Amino acid sequence: MLFWQILIDGFAISSLYALGATGFTLIFGVTGVLNLSHGAIMVAAAVAAWAASGNFGAGAYLGALSGVVVALVLALATYYLIVRRLQLSRAVREEEKEIFILTATLLWGIMIQEAIAYLFTNNAKTVLPIVDGVVTIFGVRTPANEIFTALVCWATIGALWLFVNRTLAGKAVLAASMNPRGVTLLGIELSTVYVGVWAIYGALAGVAGVLLGMFLGVSSYSAGPLTASAFSIVVLGGLGSVSGSLIAAYVVGYLETLTAYLISPAYRAIPALLLLVAVMYVRPRGLLGRR
Amino acid sequence: MTPYQPAASRSAVLRLALGAASATLALAIGATAWADDPAPIKIGVIAEAQAVAGSSIPQAAQIAADEINAKGGVDGRKIEIVSYDNHSSSAESVRAFQRAVNEDHVNAVIGSYISEVVLALEPWAGRLKTVFITPGAASDVITQNIAKDYEHNKYTFHGYLTSGALSGLVCDAAKDMLVDGLKMKTAVIMSEDAAWTGPLDAGYEACLPKIGLKVLDHIRFSPDTTDFTPIFNKIEASKPDVIITGVSHVGTQPTVQWKSQQVPIPMFGIASQATNSTFWKDTNGATEGVIYQGVSGPGVAVTPKTLPFVDAFNKKYGNMPSYAGYTAYDDVYIIADAIKRAGSNDGDKLVDAMEKTDYVGTIGRVQFLPKNDPHVHGLRTGPGFITGLMLQWQDGKQVNMWPANLANGKLEFPSFVKIASGGN
Repeated sequence: MLFWQILIDGFAISSLYALGATGFTLIFGVTGVLNLSHGAIMVAAAVAAWAASGNFGAGAYLGALSGVVVALVLALATYYLIVRRLQLSRAVREEEKEIFILTATLLWGIMIQEAIAYLFTNNAKTVLPIVDGVVTIFGVRTPANEIFTALVCWATIGALWLFVNRTLAGKAVLAASMNPRGVTLLGIELSTVYVGVWAIYGALAGVAGVLLGMFLGVSSYSAGPLTASAFSIVVLGGLGSVSGSLIAAYVVGYLETLTAYLISPAYRAIPALLLLVAVMYVRPRGLLGRR
Repeated sequence: MTPYQPAASRSAVLRLALGAASATLALAIGATAWADDPAPIKIGVIAEAQAVAGSSIPQAAQIAADEINAKGGVDGRKIEIVSYDNHSSSAESVRAFQRAVNEDHVNAVIGSYISEVVLALEPWAGRLKTVFITPGAASDVITQNIAKDYEHNKYTFHGYLTSGALSGLVCDAAKDMLVDGLKMKTAVIMSEDAAWTGPLDAGYEACLPKIGLKVLDHIRFSPDTTDFTPIFNKIEASKPDVIITGVSHVGTQPTVQWKSQQVPIPMFGIASQATNSTFWKDTNGATEGVIYQGVSGPGVAVTPKTLPFVDAFNKKYGNMPSYAGYTAYDDVYIIADAIKRAGSNDGDKLVDAMEKTDYVGTIGRVQFLPKNDPHVHGLRTGPGFITGLMLQWQDGKQVNMWPANLANGKLEFPSFVKIASGGN
């Protein structure tokens, strides 16, 4: 019984972590930007879905959709208003741009977070779930929403995989992550690829945010911890490696669930962080990192 | 970087010295200017403007001030509320407190519903000899500190129930409702790991067995817990009749997952967020059937002052006050009354007057515990003073269940909750 509980719970939470980290690592892998406003964008998506379905009576589906749209808009805003401005700026020295962009996305994230707190208070909110009720699997009473979450996460990640490996546009994205200069020599506009990647990122973060809001609930406070957890999963898996992030998400998810069940829910996050420290010592580039 | 460091630290020292000098000067000027002027009574309000519980604090205080001013003030002195947003941060609260006393010359401060913030402000109330009252924090350590070092900490008053007192009130209600009413025999305590739950849990552990509820397990979880599935599975495995809660900062998650996982055991106890009128919407109705302790409820006339206050608040701000709103409103009256009786702005004289408070407010009759009590300056609780209420969320509404003379409904549970009458 306990075995199945851990297996099922761990799977749902890990899938959500995986989806959250995928977008984060994709942006880093392709455009070289560590987007520290990641958590704030996820929270914005969840709060938008909550507001649309609760305050404006849009229903669960339309609510979820508006959450994803808000994340998409915010991701593009992050690119056009923050990242691109700094990349094109002449006032900032070339070698300092990376750190400027890092700091700018952090500040942007705080702005989004404060705006959410200002408009919707910092109370925790739960997004209206799309599927209700419970299903019993191997004697474990599992919320149908948990299964739905895992399915959507994997469908989204699968769609991303198909896009990257099976379409021309996707191959351009892959190429841009390997050799940006080579892509431009082939006549592909790099900035178009970047806009596309930020849009994909926005959709991924939006879906992850809305699912998170249905499964666990969010408040404006969640922004920082969400960025931190995506960041540590990505570092554990190897910066820029999508498959590394997926594996790391499951390692972290199961380690947390095991700790919560077998030791104490109070120490849930600790073993995963210890593992991160250990990996940093033994293998600083992460599990599947190339660099 | 290195060559700038000495300069930077020198200027910091200079700034500090200047700040101290100007603060002293400001104090001196303030003292002389007020010698015999009918200056307004200034009350500083430091609160969490973005949090639902905190945002009601300055709003409610303003209503009290307006009411007193409309009746001519206190001996001709108007009440002026000076409010500061602390962004739920202890450090910002301390800065606000210093500013309130040193620059804005407030006579007393009402502040915060977060125990950690209040504990950070308590020593500053002593250092700046300024009466400070919290309308919403619950940690017992606040009053314990006063008992330990009365001379320094006597400026702090606890205007809300301490966790120890809360556990006692929950047990009183559990005896009537669960043990006598539903014939329950066993319980699991589920609480977040925070400053305020230490004494709460100790209180639960002590009083639940006394009223006839055997404690099967006690689960403390981190306040940043997101996934409650393991916690509820663990609780269900020990088959209790009821879950006794101690949750506040953790937010909506435990309630939402209790519903989505269809945990068949009712939840009863402290759930601070459930006191907010927005909780139904925040949880998408998952809170249906949750029973929580409160000091007020919609339509519940705890005293003759309760409902007129709620009406005034609703009329002015368009929503319902949080629990800390009721107490903040009362606190302005209590301070005004104490200043009138003290006949002075002096901090020590004001403390003496505050200690003699006997005031019927919106949540009951307020008296502060005397000097030799282990919870000195805490509220007196029990029949005749403050008993609290026990409410249940039913179909989007907060319905009062206890005490019986103030009840306006009957217990109802969602279909997934199985009430184990007679125990197992």
